[in-house]
Amino acid sequence: MNAPLSPQTAPAATGYNFAYLDEQTKRMIRRALLKAVAIPGHQVPFAARDMPMPYGWGTGGIQVTAAILGSGDVLKVIDQGADDTTNAVSIRAFFQKTANVAVTTRTAEATVIQTRHRIPEKPLKAGQTLVFQVPIPEPLRFLEPRETETRVMHALADYGLMHVKLYEDIAKHGHIAKTYAYPVEVEGRYVMDPSPIPKFDNPKLSMSPALQLFGAGREKRIYALPPFTRVKSLDFEDHPFEPTRFEAPCALCGATDSYLDEVVTDDRGTRMFVCSDTDHCEERRADGHRGLLAGDDLVDTITREADVERDDGAPIVPLP
Amino acid sequence: MPMPIPISTPPLLEARGLTKFYGDRLGCRDVSFDIREGEVLAIVGESGSGKSTLLSLLSGQLPASAGEVLYRTRAGEIRDLAALSEAERRFLFRTDWGFVHQDAARGLRMGVSAGGNVGERLMAVGARSYGAIRAKAEDWLDRVEIDPTRIDEPPTAYSGGMRQRLQIARNLVTAPRLVFMDEPTGGLDVSVQARLLDLVRRLVADMGLAVIVVTHDLAVARLLSHRIMVMKQGRVIEEGLTDRVLDDPRAAYTQLLVSSILQP
Repeated sequence: MNAPLSPQTAPAATGYNFAYLDEQTKRMIRRALLKAVAIPGHQVPFAARDMPMPYGWGTGGIQVTAAILGSGDVLKVIDQGADDTTNAVSIRAFFQKTANVAVTTRTAEATVIQTRHRIPEKPLKAGQTLVFQVPIPEPLRFLEPRETETRVMHALADYGLMHVKLYEDIAKHGHIAKTYAYPVEVEGRYVMDPSPIPKFDNPKLSMSPALQLFGAGREKRIYALPPFTRVKSLDFEDHPFEPTRFEAPCALCGATDSYLDEVVTDDRGTRMFVCSDTDHCEERRADGHRGLLAGDDLVDTITREADVERDDGAPIVPLP
Repeated sequence: MPMPIPISTPPLLEARGLTKFYGDRLGCRDVSFDIREGEVLAIVGESGSGKSTLLSLLSGQLPASAGEVLYRTRAGEIRDLAALSEAERRFLFRTDWGFVHQDAARGLRMGVSAGGNVGERLMAVGARSYGAIRAKAEDWLDRVEIDPTRIDEPPTAYSGGMRQRLQIARNLVTAPRLVFMDEPTGGLDVSVQARLLDLVRRLVADMGLAVIVVTHDLAVARLLSHRIMVMKQGRVIEEGLTDRVLDDPRAAYTQLLVSSILQP
């Protein structure tokens, strides 16, 4: 009885329902999803199940994915934009095993994309569904600790406090210092936490042709943005919302319009900036775009460094 | 502080037969009065006499066991407070009303800068220009005699008297018509009290505010109010113009209260 399970004794998917969750649970989650889609930005409570992984690893997103996944779907899972990090690999393997669905790393090919903390760079299209993993669904949580009170505030659209937070940021730092999980207002009504995506991604939330679903497992909340929902990042008239901008292009693919990760490359402070969306970066490189540190022509790059031009024609700023 | 009050205007707030029981225990019983713009009403009495209960009933924070509170809105309608929706009640609270607590920590956000504290109500009613909010906050800090250069400090860095003045600025920034004050000078030393009372008197006169101030301090009542209601064991035992009540108290309890003030 206590014999350790090996892959041989536990073959894929037997003993589980399709996509792990039982049908009644999926039905419950779909009801919550329908309500969430009907009231964009409104947090709908749902009876989140215990999943075979710890809270904080995407249990909310996985339950949403499990509830909407069909056998014909093509699944992509990203974690901070990357397809190859532990979280993404594990979740992808989980659904391959329990639902036997096709998986991909290509944004354009996926029908369901589960994501942690990013929206893919490639614009989404109608028919695609983006599932966000949400740690804290309540945008007012750190401003008002009482859940009873935040619910009333949402019900009455009493959001003055949210702007007090932004006011404080400007008073202290001269600008709104929030760079991720930047609060948004949905269709002029609900204030919503877009999950900890960088504010760089906020503009992509608005008027997206794709369906966007948000699942918070520990907090047991689901919310949604139906396609073509107007989403506005909160700001002041005289301090408008500004997405993050980067000084340098991606070191691998030369992209100047993507969100970059900082990678420390040695112990003397050398760093490189690369696209956080690995699929986007790979596709660009496959199309022949080259950044300053793209491995295959590194030598070439160094020799050309002085007069090399960026993709957009601007002169390159050498990395420190 | 005599000031003519036109009797012809309908009252801003009218209480009728207000009664509150906490189970078997009496909070207050059968309180009726009215108040007009520009008028300051003091409710005095010892601890446990039902003053704070009455204030909570009047401001709609507690449901009354019996009786009603009628309020004349800016639109001129007379509304029963108990019949207001939560949304309407909150809107009144952040536009037309102010509430100054005895403990400034209850009336302020202690983790937020003074400017944020003053600006909160403006932002709650839709102000979205940082510059305008900040200019208005600076103006109000100045009006309550706080150095506007301290606008970015949190109230924790302020003295007790400054906190109380900040609380007043935060409440008056939306130009309310009715302000409730619960022991506004409690816990302040005498010279600070005097300054605060001076300030309140000036603001009341400038803005034509109606103020209901609860206090156990007869000196505060005398300096601030036009009329006084004396409460004991949940009932109003004496009511009238401040000077009349304090100079010629009728009820035995009021005589006791008045005689217990130290005469300088």
